[in-house]
Amino acid sequence: MAFSPSLFRKNSKISALKGMVQMNEKTLAAKTKTFLMFAGPAVFVFIAVLIVPLIYGVYLTFTSWDGISNNKPFVGLNNYIEVFKDKEFWNSLVLTLKYVAVSVVFINLIAFILAFFVTSGIKGQNFLRAGFFTPNLIGGVVLGFIWRFVFARALVSFGTAFDIDIFSTSWLSDPQKAFWAMIIVTTWQYSGYMMLIYIAGLMGVPKDLTEAASIDGATGFQATRHVVLPMMVPSFVICLFLSITRCFMVYDLNLSLTEGGPFAATRMVAMHVYKKAFEAKQYGTGQAEALILFIIVAIIGITQITLGKRKEVEA
Amino acid sequence: MKKQVIGGNKARAFLIFKMFFLIVLLLAYMVPFFLILINSFKRKSTVIKEPLVLIDPKGITLENFINAFKQMNYPLAFLNSLIISVISVTFIIIFAAMAAYVFVRTKWAASKFFFALMIASMVVPFQVLMIPLVSIYGSSLGMLNSKSSLIFFYLGFGMNLAVFMYHGFIKSSVPISLEEAAKLDGCTKFQTFFLVVLPLLKSITSTMIVLDVLWIWNDFLLPSLVLGKKELYTLPLSTYSFYGTYSNDLGKIMAGLVMTVLPVIALYLFLQKHIISGIVSGAVKS
Repeated sequence: MAFSPSLFRKNSKISALKGMVQMNEKTLAAKTKTFLMFAGPAVFVFIAVLIVPLIYGVYLTFTSWDGISNNKPFVGLNNYIEVFKDKEFWNSLVLTLKYVAVSVVFINLIAFILAFFVTSGIKGQNFLRAGFFTPNLIGGVVLGFIWRFVFARALVSFGTAFDIDIFSTSWLSDPQKAFWAMIIVTTWQYSGYMMLIYIAGLMGVPKDLTEAASIDGATGFQATRHVVLPMMVPSFVICLFLSITRCFMVYDLNLSLTEGGPFAATRMVAMHVYKKAFEAKQYGTGQAEALILFIIVAIIGITQITLGKRKEVEA
Repeated sequence: MKKQVIGGNKARAFLIFKMFFLIVLLLAYMVPFFLILINSFKRKSTVIKEPLVLIDPKGITLENFINAFKQMNYPLAFLNSLIISVISVTFIIIFAAMAAYVFVRTKWAASKFFFALMIASMVVPFQVLMIPLVSIYGSSLGMLNSKSSLIFFYLGFGMNLAVFMYHGFIKSSVPISLEEAAKLDGCTKFQTFFLVVLPLLKSITSTMIVLDVLWIWNDFLLPSLVLGKKELYTLPLSTYSFYGTYSNDLGKIMAGLVMTVLPVIALYLFLQKHIISGIVSGAVKS
């Protein structure tokens, strides 16, 4: 498929006419050679690691593979019926939706406030920026372990010493509080990253716009609300997209902070898929769930971007 | 006049409030790291009884670090992480830059097709690919449990973003006239690329290095699926298995976490500006 002649022939006349500088090969063989020389390795690994598994993954959803045997019996739509019957999957999906909704609001609210304050002519801007970004340098597994100690030991010790009821038992052993622990750590992890994007956006708002607004008598709040915020829509679109997709796919942090517990109360959907495939050995059903999850995230992501684009304004 | 002065005071008060708010919040952000650090120097019993005490009443101990260093197999895990990150990132960068170059400079259908396919594939999350990946490369081809397979997977997963970034950069900032001149001087296509084009890609390359090193160095799920043998473990994997084995000996765990975090933080202190600008341009462009 990749290097069939028709793919090259289609535009050969145009490129010959325009006389592309270095790449002015005339014959198909010469073009193929140049293409393979430059793009060959990249295209090969890309197809082998991304495209083949993607297509094969769709095929897997129609089989009942157990992970060990060589034959993968064809079962039609059985796996999709299984998915609809899998209560745990839908529970974890609803839980993940709640987690994403709350985390995304917190992450972006805090990130925007941080960016707004940091860029408002304060000394030590670079230091603050670098400080808030630090959690992003460290992987989710390690962050989860660090916070496990904070919730299970440090806060409990703090709570008992000062008689603060809410901290006197570990948050991670209470289903409701464990969920909030996930939210807190997620917010802590990503707000510094989103802050950087909001800072870039705020720096891009032309100074003369805010000046003009204040000459026209706008207060600082009004100028922010009606001039700066509309100009920031592209930053909001990026940050929302990044935080939504990342939170939906949370796995590392989930694994090391709560292990999905207590009693599977914080088992997010990515962890459910992992367990379905690699622990319950129902690879076909697991893959069908992964595919459904992907479609849901893609729909949410695309909707959010389209809605955001409509709100964009020109300076 | 008077009004202005009041306004000035108000503005100053607000500035002080903002400063105060930011500093308090930054300290709060740093507390978890600080707690891990102080507890890594305490004895096991003190960590459990007094996790908030600054210094162990019986004095500082380095035993946790010595034990964790040995039991995590720290030098080996560090070396594995280093080898995998460096080789993967090097090849991602070279292959992606070469592919992006041919995608920008030709109007061939193959170039357009594969570029579009790479962009579209950027929305596919890893979770959709992990099961078929294990199925194909594990049970069918028996390629798991090797560093080179993992590096190969990183090349595949990292290629789309890297090609996209190089494509944008070459299109907007690499003048074609230089390549014309190089051709007149008798350079081959490869020479033109490596001697003329590649040196012009420095800024985008440093962005890509930052993004990819942070991703690969910290990645957990993919290596956990590929590397089953202890002697192949990367740092996140060995931290995870170390935690599972010694979760009762908290002092040692803390020391292990400190040692895992330390290399990245140390690098960050030196290259802070590059890392931050790399992250920003990476996020804004994609």
